[in-house]
Amino acid sequence: MNYNWNWKIFWDPVAAGSGVYWEWLISGLAWTLATGLLAWIIALVVGSAIGVVRTTPFKWPVRLGNAWVELFRNIPLLVQMFLWYFVLPEFLPLGLGTAMKQMDPPWATFLPAVLCLGFYTSARVAEQVKAGIQSLPRGQTLAGTAIGLTMVQTYRYVTMPMAFRIVIPPLTSEFMNIIKNSSVALTIGLLELTQRARDMSEYTFQTFEAFTAATVLYVAVMLVVVYGMRRLEKKVQVPGFIGTGARGGGH
Amino acid sequence: MGAFDFAVIQRALPFLWKGLQYSVQLTLTAMAGGIVLGTLLAMMRLSSHRVLNLPATVYVNGIRSIPLVLVIFWFYFLVPLILQSVMGASSPVHVGPEKSALVTFIMFEAAYYSEIMRAGIQSVSRGQVSAAYALGLTYFQSMAQVILPQAFRNMIPILLTQTIVLFQDTSLVYVLSITDLLGAAVKTAQRDGRLVEMYVFVALIYFFLSYTLSTLVKQLQQRVAVIR
Repeated sequence: MNYNWNWKIFWDPVAAGSGVYWEWLISGLAWTLATGLLAWIIALVVGSAIGVVRTTPFKWPVRLGNAWVELFRNIPLLVQMFLWYFVLPEFLPLGLGTAMKQMDPPWATFLPAVLCLGFYTSARVAEQVKAGIQSLPRGQTLAGTAIGLTMVQTYRYVTMPMAFRIVIPPLTSEFMNIIKNSSVALTIGLLELTQRARDMSEYTFQTFEAFTAATVLYVAVMLVVVYGMRRLEKKVQVPGFIGTGARGGGH
Repeated sequence: MGAFDFAVIQRALPFLWKGLQYSVQLTLTAMAGGIVLGTLLAMMRLSSHRVLNLPATVYVNGIRSIPLVLVIFWFYFLVPLILQSVMGASSPVHVGPEKSALVTFIMFEAAYYSEIMRAGIQSVSRGQVSAAYALGLTYFQSMAQVILPQAFRNMIPILLTQTIVLFQDTSLVYVLSITDLLGAAVKTAQRDGRLVEMYVFVALIYFFLSYTLSTLVKQLQQRVAVIR
């Protein structure tokens, strides 16, 4: 294998533009994280709402919730990305669609990417939240009703606090997925980490170094997420219940 | 944008059909290769020899912590170099994007299938393993004739669900400009300037196929659950 190794390449100035290559990769990482985190907020809020609705006894909201989950789960993420970026502006009222297309460079791709990832992941979060709520013993809800709580109060004070603790491990992996999936946004032109590594490889031909750096950065982010979520899990743990000492087991 | 033009879709149908055939072919080959390789990885991870379980653990966790898109680029870059050193060629061996994608998906999915197979192997009760050894079967005999068949059957619904995910993931070969189902739609859309029609239509095809398959898997799951 004749490959010209050059690990010092990261300190070389960028051929087209300003700064050096490691700064390029870090800016890519920043966009990856920004996209992932913002999308995660949407996914968590929308997903929890839909997950909860699907456990209620109301027929039509449950059906709508199910339809939502099926819709976002059965279309590939990349196709959804194209729908948000190319197709949605055409269906919006004229002014809004044009405004969406004419936003300044990073925002015109950043916004669709965040919305796409957020809604895509919301379907997965909804599944986990629903499963979490349904895994609780029925007695908990009955007890809530028995002491005179309304349905909303039962959810708020009995079911949800337990369910959210149960779903921390599966949500951790969804959170890692959303960060990894943000790389799909490179197809609509977002300059996130994978795209930056690719650009660097094209400018310098130091593909191995560029991809290795990106891989190391992704792995580092994943380790931080796992560590952080484990601490969160420990911190919010209810004494005598799920997850005492053992990590994540059972689900 | 003008009215929704169905004629555009109709004209593109033969091309899309070719793309879909590639997507399905890639899915099935990657599934077969991925399950075989994944089972081997799972067996390595469950081994008590460090030499076997450490590389498998590093590989599976490594692949699972980076995005598929990056893995696709990694293999597109690495496969020619690896082939060069294996075959002793003087320059990197040219591999088309299609072959490279195939290798990528087998290697990538193997990591995910291996986690499923690992859980499958662990779902077989210890008594079965002991019984197999008591009968005098070797490790490979007991794996092939006692444990894997049961592990496999227990995991069929999850393996199939993962295959539906894989089918959707194959759309990412777009980044190598391959004409799969999505690639065919994108090429037509750009040539005819009809993005809306093509993207909506291709989304419908993916939805229809994935939804139908996952409904079938759900039914199968209930059946298998009854047997156990």
